[in-house]
Amino acid sequence: MVNRYAPWRYILLILIITIGVIYATPNLYGEDPALQITHRVNLVDQGELNNIKSILESEGIDYQSIELEGNNVLVRFASEDAQLKAATLVREALYSSDRRYVVALNLAPATPEWLTSLNALPMYLGLDLRGGVHFLMEVDMESAIEKSLNRAAGELRSFMREEKIRYKAVQSSNQKIGIRFTSAETRDAARLLLEDEYRDYEFVESNDDRSWFIDISYNATALEEERRSAIEQNISTLKNRVNELGVAEPVIQRQGDERVVVQLPGVQDTVRAKEILGATATLEFRLVHGSFAEWSAAQASGKAPIGSRLYMQSDGSPVLLKRSVIVTGDQIVGAASGIDTQSGSPDVSITMNAKGADRMAKITRDNIGKPMAVVFIEDKFEFVEVDGERQRVRTTETEVINVATIRDQLSKRFHITGLDSTREARDLALLLRAGALRAPMVIVEERTVGPSLGQENIDRGFLSVVVGFVLVLLFMAVYYKLFGLVANIALTLNLVLMVAILSIFQATLTLPGIAGIVLTVGMAVDANVLIFERIREEIRLGNTPQAAIYAGYGKAFGTIADANITTFIAAIVLFGFGTGPIQGFAVTLMIGIVSSMFTAIFGTRAVINLIYGRKQVTRLAI
Amino acid sequence: MVSTKNNIDFMRLRKPAMIFSGMLMLMSLISLFTLKLNVGIDFTGGSIIEVGYQQAVELEPIRNALENQGFGDAIVQHFGSASEVLIRLVPDVDKDKAELSSEIIGLLQAANDAEIDVRRVDFVGPQVGEELTEDGGLAVLYALIAILIYVAFRFEYRFSLGSVAALVHDVVITLGIFSVLQLDFDLSVLAAILAVIGYSLNDTIVVFDRVRENFRKIRKKTSLEVVNISINQTISRTLMTSFTTLLVVLSLFFLGGEAIHAFAMALIIGVLVGTYSSIYVATTTALVLGISRSDLLLPEKEGDEMARP
Repeated sequence: MVNRYAPWRYILLILIITIGVIYATPNLYGEDPALQITHRVNLVDQGELNNIKSILESEGIDYQSIELEGNNVLVRFASEDAQLKAATLVREALYSSDRRYVVALNLAPATPEWLTSLNALPMYLGLDLRGGVHFLMEVDMESAIEKSLNRAAGELRSFMREEKIRYKAVQSSNQKIGIRFTSAETRDAARLLLEDEYRDYEFVESNDDRSWFIDISYNATALEEERRSAIEQNISTLKNRVNELGVAEPVIQRQGDERVVVQLPGVQDTVRAKEILGATATLEFRLVHGSFAEWSAAQASGKAPIGSRLYMQSDGSPVLLKRSVIVTGDQIVGAASGIDTQSGSPDVSITMNAKGADRMAKITRDNIGKPMAVVFIEDKFEFVEVDGERQRVRTTETEVINVATIRDQLSKRFHITGLDSTREARDLALLLRAGALRAPMVIVEERTVGPSLGQENIDRGFLSVVVGFVLVLLFMAVYYKLFGLVANIALTLNLVLMVAILSIFQATLTLPGIAGIVLTVGMAVDANVLIFERIREEIRLGNTPQAAIYAGYGKAFGTIADANITTFIAAIVLFGFGTGPIQGFAVTLMIGIVSSMFTAIFGTRAVINLIYGRKQVTRLAI
Repeated sequence: MVSTKNNIDFMRLRKPAMIFSGMLMLMSLISLFTLKLNVGIDFTGGSIIEVGYQQAVELEPIRNALENQGFGDAIVQHFGSASEVLIRLVPDVDKDKAELSSEIIGLLQAANDAEIDVRRVDFVGPQVGEELTEDGGLAVLYALIAILIYVAFRFEYRFSLGSVAALVHDVVITLGIFSVLQLDFDLSVLAAILAVIGYSLNDTIVVFDRVRENFRKIRKKTSLEVVNISINQTISRTLMTSFTTLLVVLSLFFLGGEAIHAFAMALIIGVLVGTYSSIYVATTTALVLGISRSDLLLPEKEGDEMARP
């Protein structure tokens, strides 16, 4: 029964303290306002760095540093004013040569180099602390499947034409494609051929008096694949759009089967962010059908002639357009907004990909002198109540924004007019550049915290941690004297370790997380209280001081372990089943339990042994 | 053999304590069924918009402006200070969507000359609200089950039931007080309730640990006496830990700001109730279920020194 620790234990303790202090240190340094410049396709290099440097220097804007960091150029400034001024300048200068640069405002941690070289970074602050937007977006899977079946229906038609199968009609609706035949024989023959060619589908046959049908739908694997690719394509489109918005360190992550989490730290104009992210706007180019008289007749009867569809123009007048599309928004690779030099109205200049350019060239060449229309398509959502259940209903708004006579053969590049405002032109250009969403998305949850509230949350959280912490330290010192002071060292170390662990794992620190830290501070004392009370008890039983220390730690250990393990189990359950704020809380609680057990048992024992071990002691200051 | 600084007959009061707890729980349940919880948009769905003005503002003009645009049922109130305004939109089937908050912000902006600062926007779709309620409820339920199993495994099933009884007691009473006072119940309060579960459990386990130890050590006393001795031995630790925890929770309550007010309140109630329940509810339940020395003896093989007389 000797209260001595082997040297290796002290070495271990010192090692852990050192690591803890190093990785907690980055949190002491603040953040610099900065610009982060990346390119959506290429890696930026020294050339761009020098370019940006000369832009800033020619305008006399002071910056603290400029460096190449991974695949971006990072420029630090002393003030936010300089940062904002520089952002406007650099954007203008870079965008004029290449629209694919992304210039984002950012707060870069001012961690010294020797720390970053050790991979020591400050804690990652949640949006409730740094300000920003959190969206949970849901993909409308039904319409994703519908769209893809629509495409498939077209394919089936041309396949059957090629194979000379005589079908009556092909129609897609209700998540399946229905093909109608006039005899059982053709139907059966068609099925054999189709089944052989299309392995992703399920075929169901039916018939009535005069018609024989095949209903085609995706089989389970194909359906799964369609859903997966729908959400993945949407995520990549969202990423492009977020890049267009110029957000530093965005988080775009899949959550579950149908949802995507989008986190945009530091975004101020949330209204615009919302519009851009959820927008489904795209364009289609179609040839015009018939004459004005036919358009009016179609509007009056509500029936469009075969091969055409009735559309509305922005002024409310009708127009008939051919059913077959010349090109769709998918084939647009570049778009920039500007002002039309002739009319002075906003316009968007468009660049097509090779396939789209070919088709555009061919069709416009054959149709010179005829009118062509630009159709603007957007999906909107509304909630309606059906049988007491809330349901989301999608409506598609289509509008012909421009009808113009084809004067010349168009090809890769051309521009369109007919937009209401420069803002509309700018947003449309952005959406065309970023690509269309495969399926519409709707925001099902939003959490926006303004930058001022974020700062306030940090300040208040910090203050309450400090005050609570100091009160506990004072109380412990008064109540347990020397042992209390030892416990206080352990408590401080516990706080340092928690910060270090949160920093190392780059776990997101949220407001509930701070509350978790505060609570852990309160509860971390518990282990020491248990030990010290036990030591006092042993002394009352008449044990010698050394024996009391030994027995105190020994007997309290079981209790501490039991109590902490049960709480830890509760924390794991919270983490597993909880969401956002609850998870943040659970993480800090778990970290706190582990580090407080270490510091309160191992840490204090090491110090107590150092003080009382190897000595004749008659009284303990407890 | 057994040393205690104090020797209070806690168990003498176990019947009045049971009645007291029973009454509190009954009142809580009645309130929960009649007044219900003042649940926030996290669970019901809806929107909250918090804006800051440059100086103090009157609420009436804002209400009127909103009413004119068809937001007559919006709740408008000051939040924190007279220059900060909180607008709560009750869930509405037709209008519930994220774009709504943009509309309101535009409207407020138009009605005010100076720039307004958007401090917070929360929108929760009805579907998500339902899921959060379900997930939150399940989290509590699973936590209780996991604890029940662990304690049954480490101690004995009567202790396990005792600790869960104490937890249910704490959760019901904390919820009851939130219901009676009609305090805002949001996601952070749910997190606090879960923390209370963890805390109260911690307390209970410490007492049970001592009861188990004493059952193995003391042979010539009744179960009731053993429990009484154990509570006496642990009471100073129970109160100390509660006190230090209260210190920090109170600092959260007073300094943490509006955003964690409800959270801190739930913790304060929970720590107080949790401390009481680990002394009276958990042990009394175990006693009523007939816990006795023979249930806790270690198997012969394990030569634990503490098991020896």
